[in-house]
Amino acid sequence: MKVTIEEPIQIDVEHIARVEGHGNIKIRVEDGKLAECTWEVVETPRFFEKMFQGISIEAAPLLAARVCGICSISHALASARAIERGLGIDVPPMASHVRTLAKHAETLQSHALHLFFLVAPDLLGVGSAISLMETHPELISIATQIKGYANNASDLFAGRTSHPMVFKIGGTTQRPRKSQLLQLREDLEETLPYLWKALEVLKGFSLPSFERETEYVSLGGNDNYPFIGGDLISSDGVRKSEDEYRAMTNEYIVDHSTSKLARLSRESFAVGALARFNNNYNGLHLTARQVAEELGLSPRIDNPYYHNMAQLIECFHVVYESRDLINELIDSTDYEVAVPYEIKACEGVSALEAPRGILYHYYQIDNQGLIERADCVIPTGQNHASIQHDLEDLVAQMAAEGKDEDEISLHAQMLVRAYDPCISCSVH
Amino acid sequence: MKYLGIELPKPKIAVFGFTGCEGCQLQLANNEQNLKDLFRLIEVVEFRLISSDKLEGFEIAFVEGSITTEHEIKAIKAIRAQAKTIIAMGACACLGGVNNLRARFTIPDTIEDVYGNHGIETGPVRRVADIVPVDIELPGCPISKPEFEWLVRQLILGIEPRFPRYSVCVECKQRINTCVMDMGTLCLGPITMAGCNAVCPSNRAGCWGCRGSVEEANYESLIEVLHDHGFTDAQIAERVSFFNAFAGVDVLPSLG
Repeated sequence: MKVTIEEPIQIDVEHIARVEGHGNIKIRVEDGKLAECTWEVVETPRFFEKMFQGISIEAAPLLAARVCGICSISHALASARAIERGLGIDVPPMASHVRTLAKHAETLQSHALHLFFLVAPDLLGVGSAISLMETHPELISIATQIKGYANNASDLFAGRTSHPMVFKIGGTTQRPRKSQLLQLREDLEETLPYLWKALEVLKGFSLPSFERETEYVSLGGNDNYPFIGGDLISSDGVRKSEDEYRAMTNEYIVDHSTSKLARLSRESFAVGALARFNNNYNGLHLTARQVAEELGLSPRIDNPYYHNMAQLIECFHVVYESRDLINELIDSTDYEVAVPYEIKACEGVSALEAPRGILYHYYQIDNQGLIERADCVIPTGQNHASIQHDLEDLVAQMAAEGKDEDEISLHAQMLVRAYDPCISCSVH
Repeated sequence: MKYLGIELPKPKIAVFGFTGCEGCQLQLANNEQNLKDLFRLIEVVEFRLISSDKLEGFEIAFVEGSITTEHEIKAIKAIRAQAKTIIAMGACACLGGVNNLRARFTIPDTIEDVYGNHGIETGPVRRVADIVPVDIELPGCPISKPEFEWLVRQLILGIEPRFPRYSVCVECKQRINTCVMDMGTLCLGPITMAGCNAVCPSNRAGCWGCRGSVEEANYESLIEVLHDHGFTDAQIAERVSFFNAFAGVDVLPSLG
């Protein structure tokens, strides 16, 4: 009988790179078994829910935007919409279209940033997209074209990608002019071939095969793929109204995380592109579904690495839906962009699909129009527990297979990155 | 790379983020058509958001975010010891930014409202310059990518960067905008430093002063104009306090 005593494997990834915000991965493997595995969220808290107190509802969307630099538009929209729902007002159709187009622009910008700048380096064995500029210029030109178009669209519909200023209570500050829509449509048409090239490139990569049965939470559609408002649904059969967000998230605090965690039917659940894909597949734009078919993907997928492919499919969805919507708006002479409203004491919730998953903003407002209480439940915060459990299973499996430290470390980091975590956002 | 026949230095750059939203860091990956040229001019040795490569010896450090914990104080001091030039970027780093809105409340109250009885490490919100000397402040919430690119060019060419000494109104008028105040929107353009190309008024929203005060701002005159347009002291107070851009200006109303 041969006895080998193996050195324990200790992996300490401090401030994992190529994710938004600060988190650590701590792994210890002893004798082929998982001894420790922790996803530590160490991002410094900013206490937004306290900051909102005493702030006017007019200022709220601008403050909300600052929760995050990448998903700014989602926060601003969720904030405005929560207040509008509380006040009982509906924005005019044109404002609703502008908001949808801004939301789609943000999704594209965020997914493109993630796939090409944060994830692609792992798939190509390099440290950053900067080195890819010399070695893979075509990939970078695909990335810059897609991301560039997304930023142009964000500029037009939201004012800018990071910290938009056109969303106000009751609607938007403006609507795009016909000349601007024509210009953007040209930009969009020029970008389409790059999207298809991106598909060609990305479908050539193989992702780790790992599965863990997961509950997926998202907005629920009726044969559509909702991003702004709707029922809250889970793949375990839960269905609640938007207002019941607290029962859908059940936030709790743990020592090793400055972000709160969430749970529903199981110990953890996942939100984001894969959740939306699994739950609302039938609502995807036809072209996006074609892409899914080409990739051989259809619900149900429980491999977290496939958040990445779901993001790619969503890129097609948002671009082709945007094209349809822009075509509708080009000749519109509807210039009503905002409705007046009366301030009254109320409370309001809005659920919204940010790029990384379902986002909730809640406010309690006084009769002066000042916020008394705020509650934000952020997608990545809802994902942290799922990341934790995924990592535990992944490392245990890889340890049992006798994988070495470098491979375990890389796969663990790739798993965290696959969720596209927005950690500053989750801690807020 | 040569400019007018002279070899340009390729400085070693590092990018750090503290208590903030990483929006300023994200701007460095925007303005896509210029990215290749930008990354040819500088050598990025550390930039955690987009790179897992980490090399030693940065000379210029771009720092985003406010300083709010002991851990961050130690980290920024270490950066100061290493860097020849520290550039504080964004309102959080330069002014405290929206983080400062919690300075209205005590820290125990703040922690309790958000985390209940659970202890969590935090401290007062501080600008980078409150902890270490800062060489250059790149303002905005978020920073302007064209302005960042301009700053990089100045650094490489050895030209002292000079930020505009005129207010946002100048850029707004150059864009032939209708003054948003005449459309019933509160605007701090007259007292805020230009350089953003009046992006907010150009989108029919008021200026919130994220870039900080313009030199020799005429605060009293603005208050008069705002009162004339029907804005209350409470509205003005919230607006000027939002980014903490006008801290210490007694004549401006302040938030309770």
